[in-house]
Amino acid sequence: MASSFTAAPRYIHRFSRTERTLHWVHAAAFFVLLASGLVLYVPRLSELVGRRPFVKDVHFDTGLAWMVAIALIVALGDRRGLRNTLRELDAFDRDDRLWLRRIPRPQGRFNAGQKLNAALTASFAVLFAVSGVLLWYGERNNSYRFGSTILLHDGLMYLSLVLLVGHLYLALIYPSTKHALRGITTGSVRRDWARVHHSKWVDEQRLAHPLVDPPGREQE
Amino acid sequence: MMDTPREAPPEASRPYGRRAFLGVTALGLSSLLWGKFAWNAFTSAAQPLEDALPPSLVPSGWRIYTVASSMPTFDEATWRLGIEGLVDAPQTLTYADLRALPRAEQISTFHCVTGWSVKNVHWAGVRFRDLLAAAKPRSEGTVLEFVSAEQPYVDTLTLEQADLHDAMLAYEMDGKPLPREHGAPVRVVIPEMYGYKNTKWVQRIVVTDHVSPGYWEQRGYDIDAFVGKSNGL
Repeated sequence: MASSFTAAPRYIHRFSRTERTLHWVHAAAFFVLLASGLVLYVPRLSELVGRRPFVKDVHFDTGLAWMVAIALIVALGDRRGLRNTLRELDAFDRDDRLWLRRIPRPQGRFNAGQKLNAALTASFAVLFAVSGVLLWYGERNNSYRFGSTILLHDGLMYLSLVLLVGHLYLALIYPSTKHALRGITTGSVRRDWARVHHSKWVDEQRLAHPLVDPPGREQE
Repeated sequence: MMDTPREAPPEASRPYGRRAFLGVTALGLSSLLWGKFAWNAFTSAAQPLEDALPPSLVPSGWRIYTVASSMPTFDEATWRLGIEGLVDAPQTLTYADLRALPRAEQISTFHCVTGWSVKNVHWAGVRFRDLLAAAKPRSEGTVLEFVSAEQPYVDTLTLEQADLHDAMLAYEMDGKPLPREHGAPVRVVIPEMYGYKNTKWVQRIVVTDHVSPGYWEQRGYDIDAFVGKSNGL
């Protein structure tokens, strides 16, 4: 066991505490909103559960808590880190563009699919929030009642389910990607796994922290 | 060194992330204006497909709105429908009494004020004129107040509105006794008005001389809820 102290660290840090908190708060809120929303939406479930006013309150309050929590995490968390992450998610270099056309190319900390998923998730979050607030406020003020609000809210639910199923498949089932789950729970991933899936990122890390991870000690 | 070989020097990256975010967000927000038209066009285009599929595979499109903690349960033995207020002969009808009244049928579209609709619902029930005949409403009685078994739900129709050719107290839906979640055993059906005027689980009909705001009307919705001409829609 003593020899492991001299070898390159087996794990590499992928997600900050702020990023992980954002992810899990968002995920937890999504599941509560999905469950309570389905009770409001699916007649069978509405009948089974009843207590619609209560379920509606749960749905609304969870939505509100979700918005407040996201804002708080951003305000109190590692904003500099988040800004860097945002820059990474925004930028699609040549390798990313080729990767999207199914041409295998080395990828950074996020592959191009993860970047797209992040953009869509953020967009859906904004649209869910806007249409949700409109559904709530429209009940109180005629001028904010639009015939299409509920269509948007429902449509987003279906699209989010598609994204979620893909996300869960890659995170829990698909053998070569499911190790990523460790990154979002503990923060770090196996270096050999990262070299396969995010090689450009591993290279950048090596340049940025040469002392922690001396080049040439890699276990491939 | 075991650097990954680079075929070309690093080049400028493109901000596709923000473009995807802004594009999808703009599309979604603008759909508040065109969503319903697009959806209607889509559902009419998909009508042949819907007709070809077995009905159990087609989503019904209904959503069930309730205001109490549980839905009323219908027991034919104990259920009664009261007709009272400004009438000369108050009535207490059993379910069998109600079913013995002249039967009317219609196929109409149900519109919810929140924006969803269900097309071609097949209703059977009693026209209000036939329902009220035996009670003999007095001339000053101009409004029907429908008191639901789901407390505190209540709503009204003027007699004029209740006399619309396609308004009824329905006891069947799509060929079956009205299901519990749709107001068993009887509900108001007035397709020309939004769903909240279509009181479910009707237990008493009170004839009055004034309109008092119903459950949703106390919460800001229009009393005269004609589809497309009320509630800012």
